[in-house]
Amino acid sequence: MSDSVTLGPPSGRPVRQCLAGLWQNSGMLVVLLVLVAGAAAFVPNFASLVNFKGLALMVATVGIIACTMLLCLASGDFDLSVGSVVAMSGVMAAVVVNATGSVPLGIAAGLAAGALVGLVNGTVIAVLGVNALITTLATMQIVRGVSYIVSQGKAIGVREEGFYALGNTAWPRFDGYFPTLSVTYHAGFPWVQWSFGFAYGDMSIPTPVWIMLGCFVFFGLLLNWTTFGRNTLAIGGNAEASRLAGIAVARTKIVIFALQGLVAGFAGVILASRMTSGQPTTGQGLELQVISACVLGGVSLTGGVGTMLGVVVGVLIMGTAQNAMNLCRIPPFYQYVASGGILLAAVLIDRLKQRRSR
Amino acid sequence: MTDPGACYLEFRGVSKSFPGVRALEDVTFGVREGSVHALVGENGAGKSTLLKVLSGVYRPDAGALLLAGQPQTFRGAAEALHAGVAVIYQELHLVPPLSVAENLYLGHLPSRLGWVRGRRLQEDARARLAALGEAIDPRATVRSLSIGQRQMIEIAKALARDAKVIAFDEPTSSLSRREADRLFDVIRRLRDDGRVILYVSHRLEEVFGVCDAATVLRDGRHVRTFPTLEGVDRDTLVRAMVGRAISDVFHHEPCPPGAVALEVEGLMGPGLARPASFTLREGEVVGCFGLVGAGRTELVRLIYGAARATTGTVTVGGRPVRIRGPRDAIRAGLVACPEDRKKEGIIPIRSVLENLNLSRRRHLSTLGFIINERRERASARRQVEQLSIKTPSLAQHIMNLSGGNQQKVVLARWLGGQVKVLLLDEPTRGIDVGAKSEIYAIIHDLARRGVAVLVISSELPEVLGISDRLLVMREGVIAASLERGEATAEKVLSLALPVAPEPKREASA
Repeated sequence: MSDSVTLGPPSGRPVRQCLAGLWQNSGMLVVLLVLVAGAAAFVPNFASLVNFKGLALMVATVGIIACTMLLCLASGDFDLSVGSVVAMSGVMAAVVVNATGSVPLGIAAGLAAGALVGLVNGTVIAVLGVNALITTLATMQIVRGVSYIVSQGKAIGVREEGFYALGNTAWPRFDGYFPTLSVTYHAGFPWVQWSFGFAYGDMSIPTPVWIMLGCFVFFGLLLNWTTFGRNTLAIGGNAEASRLAGIAVARTKIVIFALQGLVAGFAGVILASRMTSGQPTTGQGLELQVISACVLGGVSLTGGVGTMLGVVVGVLIMGTAQNAMNLCRIPPFYQYVASGGILLAAVLIDRLKQRRSR
Repeated sequence: MTDPGACYLEFRGVSKSFPGVRALEDVTFGVREGSVHALVGENGAGKSTLLKVLSGVYRPDAGALLLAGQPQTFRGAAEALHAGVAVIYQELHLVPPLSVAENLYLGHLPSRLGWVRGRRLQEDARARLAALGEAIDPRATVRSLSIGQRQMIEIAKALARDAKVIAFDEPTSSLSRREADRLFDVIRRLRDDGRVILYVSHRLEEVFGVCDAATVLRDGRHVRTFPTLEGVDRDTLVRAMVGRAISDVFHHEPCPPGAVALEVEGLMGPGLARPASFTLREGEVVGCFGLVGAGRTELVRLIYGAARATTGTVTVGGRPVRIRGPRDAIRAGLVACPEDRKKEGIIPIRSVLENLNLSRRRHLSTLGFIINERRERASARRQVEQLSIKTPSLAQHIMNLSGGNQQKVVLARWLGGQVKVLLLDEPTRGIDVGAKSEIYAIIHDLARRGVAVLVISSELPEVLGISDRLLVMREGVIAASLERGEATAEKVLSLALPVAPEPKREASA
């Protein structure tokens, strides 16, 4: 019985099974499409290119950090310190720019601060073997404290205008009339009316969005097409087997956390640039938003499973929901409830799918 | 007791498929009341799937499961339990930090108004255990018990649920001889009580020892049911299992041993009682036998760097190697396949391709870090063919492969590299006969190419059959090194047994 070798893909399937396969493999993509279609149909001002640009800018911070959180989760760990790192790097950058008058130096300081936190996280977790949840829970508080101490609890405004460029420039400069679908509500039947038209708007792509796209591509390639990325997934799948197979588990983990810190630091600097100040209160709860986005994107919290495309979809689901709610002027208190509901619903759908396939 | 001829438990045309695998196909057989019915077959024959159908974990795609003539549809393990079906898996389902009594009544603790009745719980538990002839303190935590005792608790748990059908999945795989004998006594007693016992095992001696009837599965199909095992011999059963007679599983061709490939000198660390020293020569297959707990696995882990040695030196190919971790060992050409395949060997949720290439990704990649998909696939495909690994595709998750094929994947990682020394810890545990002989062939092929191989095994015929030389370990010490000619089963076993007489077995209550 053991001498037959079968290789190659299973035989072709009819179209219906293909659709079922799409739902099975990329259910969250289907959820995103339904969400976007629904918002376009019923939320005024949603379906326009200019709004989509705004949406992309809104999710930039979460999107950038989600890239490295994906690596972290794929290797079977967590990082809860990213929100605090965002605040601290912003504060550091602001302080250094003000002290030295040099923008590059300030940015470097922000990045270095983030990377240092990541390095500490990684070393404590990988070398000393402390649970990642506990380690980063501790550094989350330490780092938040440090950013309050350094800033003395106040927002630090940056005087150097060159610093604003990172968050507030856009390229290419581009404005004109862009297609929009307008939604109008009436008291009588038909209650909703749609009309297609063109509206004037600024479509220059903001720098943070470019940076986010760059991160998606770079870390997507890193995860799928490098030995580092594959080793990350292997470690998340079974750390002991990976170690015995000769993978440098500790080193890989340290690199992952250092990258996570570096990227969160970068996001923090960009945010500070957008706000033209380093603020110690920013990024509270950001780590949970980032992890939510990853989970929405099908990344397993136990490690070993995760794709960049999934994360992009997860980030967009969160962004779309938030954007639609903002456009509907739903108060932020209710938005929390809705965001939590969406996360729970997504995970439940996934559960049900798995149960059915059993 | 009711009519002994009636089949209490029946499978009728049970089929179950998974993506890419047809696990069960039209399986039909019945199990009589008051009998122990063996379910045998090679790995991947469908035994585990059938047990999961029985316990309600899987729902069959077609066919039915009948209890006392009534078709059953279980929507989960709880419903199966409720209907009186308990399955005792290889990996026991106990909660280690809880007490024995709490484990016994897990899910239905005796309570009054929601408060647990502690005294009653303990008395009941004690009575249950006493009925099985076990004198275990119900207040002890399960963590503190031996595997054999834990198994008894699983059985007591099933009885506490009033299970009529009890299925055992490889119950003796981690038991000592004595514990296994105790288990058989209990199983016979359960049978005499009129319960229905389904017994899954690879160990045919056990099947002949404890079972009354047997059903053979092969490739998910029902091959044959022996209503009685009287007059049935081992060969008949094996032939039914593999579809061919296995005359000679072990082929041994002595290789002229070459230069010293591995020299271990004064190696000491956790699990060893005395510093260990031995050598392996190129082209030599050395067996390592010992009872469970003799320190074999620990020795290999120390050599390989999976555990840190306190003293001692390891020399590979004449060059001393400083081993701080598996990576150092691998770089020196010293590789190992760990004992626990699932925990230490494979990445279950990743593909066969990734598992095959785990250790040489850098080697297969472009510029040392960019994945070269084509080269990876070519290499994996070659290995799949060379070792005849049975998998629907390279993208299949490795956890869906049978144990034998998983083991071949783990082994394949080290083939073709610059391997000088290969350490194998129980390479054939839980693997069917066909895959075993293939693994032996791979071992000998490697030896012929000059690799020094150390094979740890708990199966005496196996180590005797494949080794050029044999190391016997006893209580953390290498007790002897025997040449092939002088190693007999009796001699090896007597060397492996503890010197001081074992404490006398307490009279069972």
